[in-house]
Amino acid sequence: MKTRKLISVILGAALCSTCLISCGNEPAANSPADTAANNSANTGAADTGESKSDLIKVGIINNDPNESGYRTANVNDLKATFTKENGYDAQFAYSLKNDEQITYAQKFIQDEVDYLLLSAADTAGWDSVLQDAQKAGVRVILFDRTIDADESLYEASIVSDMLKEGETAVEWLKGQSLDSYNIIHLQGVMGSDAQKGRSGALDKAVTELGWNVVTQQTAEWSAEKAQQIVQSVIDSGKKFNVIYAENDDMAKGAVAALDKANITHGVGKDVIVMGFDCNKWALEELKAQNWNYDGQCNPFQSSYINDIIKKLEAGETLDQKTIIMEEKGFDAATITAEDVEKYGI
Amino acid sequence: MSTPSESKLRSFFTGLMRHQIVIPLAALLLLTLFNLIADPGFFKISLGYNSDNNPVLSGYLISIIDYGSELAILAIGMTLVTAASGGQDISVGATIAIAGSVILRVLCGTESRPETLQAPIIVAFLVACLVAMLCGAFNGSLVAFFKIQPMVATLILFTAGRSIAAWINNNELPIVSDVSFSYFGGYLPGVPIPTPFFIAIICFVITWAVLKYTNLGLYVQAVGINEKTSRLNGLNPTFIKFLTYVLLGVCVAVSALIKVSRLSTINYSVIAKDIEMDAILAVALGGNALSGGKFNMSASILGAYVIQFLTTTLYKFEVQSDALSAYKAVVVIILVVMSAPAVREKISLLFNKMSAKKQAQSA
Repeated sequence: MKTRKLISVILGAALCSTCLISCGNEPAANSPADTAANNSANTGAADTGESKSDLIKVGIINNDPNESGYRTANVNDLKATFTKENGYDAQFAYSLKNDEQITYAQKFIQDEVDYLLLSAADTAGWDSVLQDAQKAGVRVILFDRTIDADESLYEASIVSDMLKEGETAVEWLKGQSLDSYNIIHLQGVMGSDAQKGRSGALDKAVTELGWNVVTQQTAEWSAEKAQQIVQSVIDSGKKFNVIYAENDDMAKGAVAALDKANITHGVGKDVIVMGFDCNKWALEELKAQNWNYDGQCNPFQSSYINDIIKKLEAGETLDQKTIIMEEKGFDAATITAEDVEKYGI
Repeated sequence: MSTPSESKLRSFFTGLMRHQIVIPLAALLLLTLFNLIADPGFFKISLGYNSDNNPVLSGYLISIIDYGSELAILAIGMTLVTAASGGQDISVGATIAIAGSVILRVLCGTESRPETLQAPIIVAFLVACLVAMLCGAFNGSLVAFFKIQPMVATLILFTAGRSIAAWINNNELPIVSDVSFSYFGGYLPGVPIPTPFFIAIICFVITWAVLKYTNLGLYVQAVGINEKTSRLNGLNPTFIKFLTYVLLGVCVAVSALIKVSRLSTINYSVIAKDIEMDAILAVALGGNALSGGKFNMSASILGAYVIQFLTTTLYKFEVQSDALSAYKAVVVIILVVMSAPAVREKISLLFNKMSAKKQAQSA
């Protein structure tokens, strides 16, 4: 009985410490947003004198940088552009929740920022706060994501065209002029923007050109599921020569299954491997000729935003509201070490 | 505890256990029959070589024992937790992410792509074990000491776990290039059977030995059936509940090792996604009451492989990707209805009548 009590005391202590640790972690996960908001409040108060000079005040609302590699690259890019040296007084706020983002937006409007840059967590619910912004003379620029609001409420929207990303990839695949196309199509989470665009382009080419789709399955962006699906095709003994994976992770899973079955892949090998998103490790695989193609999903919107702000400040009008970013596709045969450094996220 | 009542209880248990394993066996038989009729090629196993020139067996059956192993290991812990606390741990997927992240953190140190391992794999695994047990202890303490409903208590780590996992590695995605790390989720050189299956077998043997040579199984069931009487009989229900969650933590760490080893890297948001639901389904498929009490470990393990059997079958027949979860849902519905007390009572009544008739006839 005594030992039992002792053990329970020890374990009790251990779990108390876990409580503390995990309690410590939770706020840590949220803290970037909080500190960002606090900073913004502080800078807002401290910089009022300065901002009347020639610095342009921008409030940037983004999703949590920990969300994905794409988001981390996106946040770093914005931070690098909107600096004091470039003539900006920038405040950042991060949240994955729409209502928190709206609160930040209201705060920025009260701080009288000149521009509000917004990557909304959700498409709905932005009308009233954007109307407030308009009344207060704050100009709104959307980036990365669109919202369901009237076009008059924002100056511009800078987005990726997922369908075009898919089309660029399919064009490249056409250009390979294989004798026959037997494709394993690994889809992302069904219904997501990226999945719809990237699947749509391939589906169209398949019906038009009579390519053979060996299997079309959703691996839900997951490498493990992709590995199982490709494994299943290999087990069935069906022949295939193209893997069209809608993100890099799934392509990686597929390659793991190919390696297990000793099927060669890459430039000049049995199976063509295609991925999307241009993660740095994926571009390195490309460089090593293990994969064939990687399509970009461009997270670097800041130069576009910068141009727009410069134009608006000069009193020019924009030609169009929706600006679609240029997105590249990389071929293993032509990719350079600089590309890996520059475009890898 | 008086011996006659205990032996009575035991014989009652063994009787039921014999009953219980029938459910996953029937499901397995059904799937096997279906595949035999649809395409006997399903059962073909062939020997080939992988890209490292190691001999490997391949075929659907091999895929099943390969990919089903993590689930089977998790099912062990989940069965104990279910039996003792009458609830399920829904945070196992998130804790796998945490444990996997810890393994990579220890192996890679601060670099995200080291040339050599920064620590032996066994050390990384033990640290991950410790962390996963602490997560289990956190869940267990909420359930056992604070008497919070298991599903609510584990919801905390379920939501926060993946963020914690990302935080452990500063949101980087380390990649281990050392070949020896890929053995755990792949093949040992010269051995044509996938390693996860061996790891699972080791876990089964240990579990079997623990259940046979210690009183853990009996205590867990006693606590699950009636907490008050087990306390009156000198057990400590709080501690036993707590212990089951810590044991589940060990299972989580083993699964995490296999998972991260498969690809030598990790993706925090999707690794072991929805595996908690499959683990709970395995326990249910094993005929164990999700409200706690009696359990049958081998039925749960068999249940886990049956689920993988189902998944592999669905992949083989190229079921429309959006319909995949609907098929699993059908299985769940059948299971839930089958295990409903009302239905069970009817079935056992029917069974009793039949056996009574037979006895009458033979007499």
